[in-house]
Order: sequence, then structure tokens, then C-alpha cells
Amino acid sequence: MRKAGARGLLAMLRERWDRPLFFSLACASLVALGLILFFIFREAAPVLREIGLGGFFGRVWNPAGEPVSYGALPMIVGSALVTLAALLVAVPLGFAAAAFIAEVAPRWMKDVAKSVLELLAGVPSVIYGFFGLMIVAPALQNAFNLATGRTALTASVILAIMALPTIASLAEDALTAVPNAYREASMALGATRWQTIRNVTFPAAFSGLIGASILGMGRAVGETMAVLMVAGNAPQIVASLLKPVRTLTGAIALEMGETALGSTHYHALFALGVVLLVITLATNGAAEWFRGRLARKHGR
Amino acid sequence: MIREITAETEKRQRAAQRVAFALLAMSTLSAFLALGAILYTMFANGAEAISWQFLTEFPRKLMTEGGIYPALVGSFYLTAGALFLALPFAIASAIWLSEYSRGGLWVRVIRVGVNSLAGVPSIVFGLLGLAFFVKVLGFGVSVVSGALTLALLILPILIRAGEEALQAVPMSFREGALALGATQWHAVRTVVLPSAIPGILTGAILGISRAIGETAPIMFTAAAFYMSRLPETLSDKVMALPYHIFVMATESPNYWKTRDLQFGAALALLGMVLLMNLGAVVWRARVRRRKQW
Repeated sequence: MRKAGARGLLAMLRERWDRPLFFSLACASLVALGLILFFIFREAAPVLREIGLGGFFGRVWNPAGEPVSYGALPMIVGSALVTLAALLVAVPLGFAAAAFIAEVAPRWMKDVAKSVLELLAGVPSVIYGFFGLMIVAPALQNAFNLATGRTALTASVILAIMALPTIASLAEDALTAVPNAYREASMALGATRWQTIRNVTFPAAFSGLIGASILGMGRAVGETMAVLMVAGNAPQIVASLLKPVRTLTGAIALEMGETALGSTHYHALFALGVVLLVITLATNGAAEWFRGRLARKHGR
Repeated sequence: MIREITAETEKRQRAAQRVAFALLAMSTLSAFLALGAILYTMFANGAEAISWQFLTEFPRKLMTEGGIYPALVGSFYLTAGALFLALPFAIASAIWLSEYSRGGLWVRVIRVGVNSLAGVPSIVFGLLGLAFFVKVLGFGVSVVSGALTLALLILPILIRAGEEALQAVPMSFREGALALGATQWHAVRTVVLPSAIPGILTGAILGISRAIGETAPIMFTAAAFYMSRLPETLSDKVMALPYHIFVMATESPNYWKTRDLQFGAALALLGMVLLMNLGAVVWRARVRRRKQW
């Protein structure tokens, strides 16, 4: 250790300034995350005093009505409904696409398919929303003879398309992480390639596949513009996919522009942001854990 | 259970495999179909609207005629600002993670921070922008607030791309430089960083294409419904292309009259984003192929 006199410290800084500098700049992400947590929670906190926890988890959201009511349940249910319906389609399709890309497709097809997934993941969400509004919503309106095509189902269809590339490429990573020795052992025992995929590769990659699905779920819950444009945005608790719903993200995007800074409504919208943030951070953490487990298991 | 494998079970297994592989291929094809349907819809309906005038004119008559010029310029300002603000931090973070860190607690903490930040929904970035940049720092609804918000959003994307680019530089490059007596900073500056530049630029392109398409973070922090002039200072509101598409599609009073304009604007955004992504993918592949280290 160098002697830490004032002069020694200066000399050390002159010589070894790079490490502390890069380290402090590397903390930018932590600072950003800290700012997000601090400000979202701070702006949401008055809800506890003004509405109370019971009121916030109430069944009626009616910020402009008489009596005024800020119950978040319709949005929580709305977000859960469209997300789960989307995953019901996107997870099987995503796994199947991943299996094809990782295990079946020849090299060139693999590269093309991965590029297509990457491009699909890069399409801005407002474009998905626009596509849903112009094409999917009218089609579903005709097909089911509805008053409006902007329903939970429309949002689910769009979300499924959006979640597919995320789930497929992460699932492909998980399958690729399974060591080749597993496949070789299975084939040597006389299994076909399909039997190997089904009975060996998929089970071995299981935790990674779960991680991929959870991460897809987090993305779907947090998706804003596409859902806002096609979900119909009625703040009601529904039991049918053919009704309009308002999601957590949709409520914030729709109402924040019209509310006075610092009003109860403003704080309630930040409280919806807290719910959203907690859900997405939890799903993110869980997904990382599952994906990490796969890597640890196979010693990479 | 032991079962004799007869010619017939083998035939059955082969048939099952063919069916299964066909289903897997069709699932993969669904991704192609989705991309194809979106591209086809936008081109078929929007290609006609796009012209030089459309790209260089202001909207007229309550946005029922004219072009998207101010939205294009606004998106350019916001995106360039975000990149300018985020890139130095991202490169420094990547350098620390890849070159200076020696494992341990801080690496894990910072990685968790980066991953968590990448998972935060874009609307929550908008909320932070509103509470912090617009309100507390007093920047108001402005180019500055929007660019800062978008900068935080693309930070994790840029860090990951930068780290990947640095990791791709072979260890022998660093060892060679250090063996010649270079300090670590000297080795990073003259050997490692220059070799990683193409990868870092690819990441920057991906960051730009992400930032230019984001709507939710700028809704409350920067975007204006309509402006009759371009922003003159950093504290002006701006029109932005994705927000313009959103308001035209949801609040336009005359759907049939503006339909072509809407598809034109959507095609302009989609075209820019896909070209950038495609460029990044192709360039990355070329860089990887050319380098034989």
C-alpha cells in the first residue's frame, strides 16, 4: 500500500485516475435506477394519506366522477388479462420457433430467422398499435360482430406478436446453452432427433425457458403505446376478452396529460406506476434467477 | 420398460418427427408472417403518401393536409440529444465492466442495476421525466427533458453493446500492449478501444433506432400535439414522429381524410427504424467476418 499522505494522494490521483473515474461513471445506471425508484415512490406516497391502501385497491376507477374514486383493481385485472392471454399464444409459438431455430434449421436458415426476430423486436410499439388499430381491430370487430374492435382480445393479439421475438430468442439461448453431450448421449441410445428435443433438450433447458417466458411477461405488462391504442381503455373489470379494458400503462398514458400536477389524481397515477414498477422489477429478477440457474447447472 | 424396436416403430417415430418438425417450422414462419403483414400493410397504404413534400412540409389545416417535417426534425433533436447524453456514460460503464472490474460485489451490483434498468417499462421513464426533469429541475416540457428521459432509457442498451464489443477484443491485444510497458489506460485508449469501435457504433445505431420510436417516455416530457414552427431553444416543446402517429391515429377528427397521411407517417418511422436495424445487423456480420483474430 502506498502511504496516504496528502501529497501521496495527489500523486496517486494523477497516476491512477482512470479506475476511479470509470467506476464512478459506471454507477450511472445505479443512479438512474435510484432516481426512478425515489421519484416514483415519492410522487405516489401521498396516495396513502389521501386515498388509503384500501381505497387504492378498490374496484372502481372514476377520477372525474361523483363521487370520485381511485380504485386500481380494474387496471390490475386489465393488465393481467391481456398479458396472460397474449402469453397463452406467444409462449408455445416462441418455444416452437426456438426449437426450430436451435435444433432443426440448417445454418443459413438459422441466421435468417434470428435476423427476422431481431427486426420484429425492433419495430416501435406505436407501429404495432397503429397496425392493430387499422387492421386487427376492424377484423375482429367483423369476425365477432362487436360494437367496437378495440378490446382486450385485440390488445392480446398485438401483445402476442410483440412478445414472440423476445420469448423466441431467449428460449433459443436457453436451448443452445444445453451441452451437446446430452444430445449425443440421447441419439446414441437410439432416440430420434425429435425424441431428443422433447425428452432431453427441453427438460434440460427448462429453467431457461421459464426465464424467457417470465421476461416476456414483464415486457407485455409494461407495454404502453400498442395497448393504449387498441385495448379500448374502459376502466371496468371484465370477464370476457371481447370487452374493452384499461391497463395500468394505458391509464397512466391516457390520463397523465389531463391531470393537474400535484393533484390526488396525479398521485394515484404515480401509484399505478409503483404497481407497474414492482411487477416488472420482480419479473425481471425472477427471470434473471431462472436464466442464471440454467447457466450454473451446465457449468458456464 | 424395454420394447423391441421393430421396423414399424421406427417408421412411426420418423413420421412423428416429420409432423413435429413441420409444426416447429410453421411456428417460426409465424414470426416471418407477422413481420411481412406489418411491412406489407404499411407499404401498400403508405408508399403513395410519401413524397419530398410530405417529408419537408409542415402540417396544414388542423393536420389534415401537409407533411411531417417538424415531427421529423423534433425526433432528430430528441434522439441526437439522448445519444449525446448517454454515450459517454455508456462507454465508460462498458470500459469499467470489461477492462477494470475484477469481479466481486460491485460488478454484480452494477450488472443488476443495468439489467433492472433495461426492464423498467418505458412509461415509467416518462413518469420519472415528468417528476424529476420537468417538475423538480424545472426544465418544463421541453427538448431537454425528453432527451434526458430517452438517454436513461437507452443507457442499458448502449452499455450491453459496448461491453460485448470490448469483450470481443482478444486478450492477446491487451497483453501485447501491457508487455510493451503501456499503462492500463494507455492500452485501453490505443489498442482495445479502437478495435472495439465498430461494435460500439453498431450498438449506437441500435440505441438510436430504439430512441426514435419511443412514444411513452416523451408524452409528458417533450412532445407537442402541434407546432407551427421548429423548436428554437432547448426549452421548447417539439413535435415527434411517433407521438404524431399516435395522435393522428387516435384523435384525428376526420379519419378518411387523414388516412393516407397516417400511413405515410407510420411508414416513414418504420422505414427509418428497420433500415437502421438492418444496417446494424449486416454491418455487425461483416465486421465479424472480416476480423480473423
